[in-house]
Parts: sequence; C-alpha cells; structure tokens
Amino acid sequence: MAGIPHDHYEPTSNGEKWLHRRLPIAGLLYDTLMLPTPKNLNWMWIWGIVLTFCLVLQIITGIVLAMHYTPQVDMAFASVEHIMRNVNGGYMLRYMHANGASLFFVAVYAHIFRGLYYGSYKAPREITWIIGMLIYLLMMATGFMGYVLPWGQMSFWGATVITGLFGAIPFIGESLQTLLLGGPAVDNATLNRFFSLHYLLPFVIAGLVIVHIWAFHTTGNNNPTGVEVRRGSKEEAQKDTLPFWPYFVMKDLFALAVILVVFFAIVGFMPNYLGHPDNYLEANPLSTPAHIVPEWYFLPFYAILRAFTSEVWVVQIASFVTGGIIDAKFFGVLAMFGAIAVMALVPWLDTSSVRSGRYRPMFKWWFALLVIDFFALMWLGAMPAEEPYATFSLIASAYWFAYFLVIMPLLGVIEKPVAQPDTIEADFSKHYASKTGGTKTLVNPAE
Amino acid sequence: MIKKTLISAVVAMGLTGSAAYAAGAEAHVEDFDFSFEGPFGSFDANQLQRGLKIYTEICSACHGMKFVPIRTLSDDGGPQLPEEQVFAYAERYEVFDEELDDFRPATPVDHFPESAMETAPDLSLMAKARAGFHGPYGLGINQFFKGIGGPEYIASLMVGYEDPPECAPEDFAGYYNKAFPNGGIPDSCRDENGVSTVEGSWIAMAQPLYGDDVEFDDGHEADLHSEAKDVAAFLMWTAEPKLMARKQAGFAGVVFLTLLSVLLYLTNKRLWAPVKHKED
Repeated sequence: MAGIPHDHYEPTSNGEKWLHRRLPIAGLLYDTLMLPTPKNLNWMWIWGIVLTFCLVLQIITGIVLAMHYTPQVDMAFASVEHIMRNVNGGYMLRYMHANGASLFFVAVYAHIFRGLYYGSYKAPREITWIIGMLIYLLMMATGFMGYVLPWGQMSFWGATVITGLFGAIPFIGESLQTLLLGGPAVDNATLNRFFSLHYLLPFVIAGLVIVHIWAFHTTGNNNPTGVEVRRGSKEEAQKDTLPFWPYFVMKDLFALAVILVVFFAIVGFMPNYLGHPDNYLEANPLSTPAHIVPEWYFLPFYAILRAFTSEVWVVQIASFVTGGIIDAKFFGVLAMFGAIAVMALVPWLDTSSVRSGRYRPMFKWWFALLVIDFFALMWLGAMPAEEPYATFSLIASAYWFAYFLVIMPLLGVIEKPVAQPDTIEADFSKHYASKTGGTKTLVNPAE
Repeated sequence: MIKKTLISAVVAMGLTGSAAYAAGAEAHVEDFDFSFEGPFGSFDANQLQRGLKIYTEICSACHGMKFVPIRTLSDDGGPQLPEEQVFAYAERYEVFDEELDDFRPATPVDHFPESAMETAPDLSLMAKARAGFHGPYGLGINQFFKGIGGPEYIASLMVGYEDPPECAPEDFAGYYNKAFPNGGIPDSCRDENGVSTVEGSWIAMAQPLYGDDVEFDDGHEADLHSEAKDVAAFLMWTAEPKLMARKQAGFAGVVFLTLLSVLLYLTNKRLWAPVKHKED
C-alpha cells in the first residue's frame, strides 16, 4: 500500500504480542490515529470530526427515541407528544435529534464546499469523493424519511410531494411510487417502511464512512496547498506532516466544542426555529397546508426542481425531442438529481492541473459565485413559485450546471495558475514566519 | 398510466404552486411581551392559572386539548396548581372510559377532552403550530429576533376582532379579524390583481373574549388585552410544558461547553506552540 511512510505499531508486551498475532486490532487503531496528516490544514478541515460526531449523536438519540415512538398513523403524532411530555428528558432527545439533522447538513455542506475549493476530489482522491457523495445522498434520504415520522402536516404533505417526484419518471414511475409508498397514497404502510429505512440507513452511512476514511487514509489528506506530502522517506514525510493524534484530535475537538456551544444554544433557546409550525398539526390527508416547504437543507435542490417549468425553452425542446416523454415535471426531477450528479462527476469535469483553488486566480471568483449561487437557491426554494422568484431560480439553476459542465472544463484550459509552494513544509514555515502577531487567528492552519 | 402520472404531476405542481396563495393576506400580529421570552424567560405561574381559568370557562366550550394530561397542571414550570385542586379540577370533565363502556368524571391521569366541536381545532399545540412573525423576504430574521410568534399570534387574534371594513358586503360569512391570515376575503376587498386590500381576513369563530369575561380570585384585572395575553401564555405552556427545564438544560450546556472550549483552546495552543515556533 502506497501510503505516507510512518512508524507502525509494534507490540511490546507479551499480551500485546499474543493479541496482535490473532487480531491486529491495536495496530489498526494505532495506524488510524497516528496517520501522518499535513500540518498546514486550516479550519475548514474540522468538519469531518463534526460529521462523525453528528452521526453518533443521531444514532444514539435516535435509538432512544425509537424506544418511545410508535410508527402507526393513528398513534405516531401522539407518541411524539408522549416523548415531549412524559419521557424523562424526551424533549431534549427529540430537539437534539431534530436540530442534530440540521447541524449534520451544515457540516456536510461546509465539508463538500471545502472539497470543491481545495480540489480534494482530484486524483487520486476520486473514490473518496464518490463515496462522500453517496453518503450525502443517503443522508438526504434518511433526513427526508425522518421528517415524515412525527406525522405532522408537513411530514405528510412533504412525503406526498417528494414521492410524487418518483411518479414523474416515465414508464416505471407509477410502480416505483407505489413501491415507495406501499400503496396508492401516503399512509400507514409508508410510515412503517420509512421508519424501518430511517433506522437502517444510518448504519449503511456508518459503513460508508469507514470506507470514506479508509480511502483518504490510503491517499493521505489533501491540504490547503493541494501539494502532496513528500513520500521519499519517513524523515521527509515528517517534515510535512504531524500525527493525527494528538495534534489534529485536539484541534478538531476544540472546533467541535465551539460548534456545540452554538448547537446547545439553539436546542435550548430556539429549538423550533429551523422547523415548520405546520408540523405541530397532526397529518390530515383532507387538508393541504397553504405553503409546503421542505427542510432548509433541501431548499437549493428544491429550487432547481421547481425552476424548470413548461415555459422554459430547454424543457420545451426536451419535451418535443422525446415526444413528450420528458415533460416539465420529469425534467425538473432530472435537473434536481442532475445537480447532484454533476457535483459527483467533478473529478472528471475539472481539467485544471492545479489542485487547490488558492493558486487559481480565475477559479476563485467562479467558486465564490457558486457559493453565493447555493445560498441564493436555498433562499429561492423557500419563496413562493411566482415572479420574480421563478426567473431568479432559473438563472441560479443555470449557473449551478454551467459551473460544473462548462466553467470547470474550460478554466483548466484558459486559466494561468500562480506558483504553488514546493512543499507543505515551505507553506507552513512561510505562514508562521510572516505572522508573528497572531491577529489572523481564523486563517491559521492549526492554532 | 400516463393519465395518472399527469394527475400526480398536477397535484404536486399544484401543491408547490399553492405557496403563492399563502402570500395572500397581510395579517396584523402585535409583538406582545411575554415573561417566557428570551434565553432566561420563565412562565409566570399566576398568569398560567389565569389563562387556565379563561380556557376552562370560555375556550373549552368548543376546543379541546387532547395531548395535555390534566395531572401536569401541578408540574413544576407550569401553573403549579396544588394537587387537591387538580383532582377537583379534573372532575369537571367527563371522559369516555372504554373499560366501563360509559362516561365517568375525569381524574388527573386523564387528558383534557378533545374538541367538542368538530370545526374547532385542538389547542394543545396551537402556540407552536402558528407563526406570528415572518420574513422579511423569507429570510427568517424576524423570527430570529422576535421568536416564531405563536403566542403573539394567539393574543393578537383575541384582540383582532374589529368592525368589518367598508369594502365587505354585510352578509359575508364569518367575523372580520385583522390578525387572521388564512380565512375568506370578499372579492370586493381585493384589487385587480386579487391582492387583499384589508388586513387579516374573516374567521369562523365569533369573538370569544370581550374583557371581564372571567373573575379572577386574586382580583387581577381582566380587560381584553390582559385576558388575551394570559390565555396565550397558558397555551404556550400546554404546547411546550418543558420550556423552563429545556432552557435550563440549554444554559448548562452552553456554560459547560464554553468552559470546555476555553480549556481545549489552551491545550491546543500549548500543544502546537513548539511546532509553530520552531522556525522562528
């Protein structure tokens, strides 16, 4: 395995040797924790720990919630109220679980955009990127199904709208939708299978997280310069890296603690801020809420879904060419999943030979625009489907696709990158030589 | 099959499209001052007891609170009724007992009855199921600073009944309320784009509170404004009975984690110092 050269675990005591011959688990833990890590990582490299924490938090709170929850249409809503009123600490469990999902998505978006800026997806880290995208997709599925479980109005109607999307797929859509719902409409069968899958998928995610970590432990971490760690010898590698324990564990834990201060403030003081009031009304198939909006973390893609109406010429052409098989709704669905697919394909769409955005003068601006575009789409997803929002959504959606499909391939050809440092060590030393006052704490690699 | 796909497409598009309708009426919600607002706010037990009295004597004629156990009236952080009063209070309600196959007087372990009138919504969670404040422009900034505004909405609704505006025909169904956003609006009160020209809309519920509707044992004033506030505070408690315990837990969490952050910051700084300043 062509990893970064470093010390490996050597059992010393007889007990360790005995275990090591039978199961090299101590060695596995040692190699995982002592992984040589580029010493110039900045504060955007802390999200992995936050994400791991979120997964554990969600699984633990979720398992306890499941002990008190009843996945049955007549009892689900009341069982959530039972958790809120009668279960010891139940209100904290539920609010932590609900807001934990939001923290999970804040972290995953920060993590993804970190990767997009510093080129963490580029060779040889494509597999890490693809696994990450799979995890993100599963997170969305899990989050969506979890939101259905309280069986409030937004749960029910959100499920109706989103499963309706699958119904838009030509030929197989209807069967697929019935399979998802377990019947012709959102009902008890839907609630039951969503509960079952909502419990299952986090463990699939946990498995993929292990593969994700395994993959980047094989290639080594990317870092803000995008320059690879020198691997000629152990001594050379040690100039560029520090072991993950204790240096990055402590740094990450500090960042996690700061983030958790904010998290606890939200859970304690405004736990319903990110939710929707309508979900405190029990699901009623006969009464449609005035305003159906998904949770905030789906809004950017929801905006893309809604942007492509039958008035858009691309949709009309697609509809004409395919003889009506691709109608406006199916086009919207394709666009929504396509928006994630183009992101997953970015390792092959980005043609630049330079990895980190730090040394790409033109890329920086396009990337900044992509971040603004993402927030604009998030906002547009929450606005009513009327002018001028419809036009804005279309422009913002177009930029999302243009960034990945046009700008990324072209930039690599036309852009003239600036000089990169020769080594990570050089970057690190330069940073600390130029900075002695310590005013720029936020951009410090590892204070 | 294509037809069915189309139907589901129309339904889904209609649903997403119906968002436009929600922006219809502008409603007037007053930013009432409640004792339980902010990170350190807490319920005022006396106010909750007054609210309970208003609920019992007026609201409960039509509305129910099926998720609220009567016993919680004596809980800490709630109205804190003495236990014997809770027993006495419970007896005023009749509940259906499946084992007896008959009605019997309620006991504290029973929940409040369901709504007596089918069209009257259950009030257990109403203070969390309504948003008094919105925007601006869907950004949620008002909700961040003022709160979501459920209790403010309820209190505003109580004081929001007014004489109908002149544009409305006299026989228009319902009662005009300037705080109610989702009711009917006569066409004569809309401009050429269909946008309402009046604040609020017409609600099916007749004005429930006029002031001096109840007499409080401690002689507390019972004008409309304070009654509205009291009942809204009570409904906030029924919706979020663990509000005070939650804020305490949140506060403890914030203090503990801030301390932990400082310690981890210092640990981390010390750990990295030799690495960073080696080159100096």
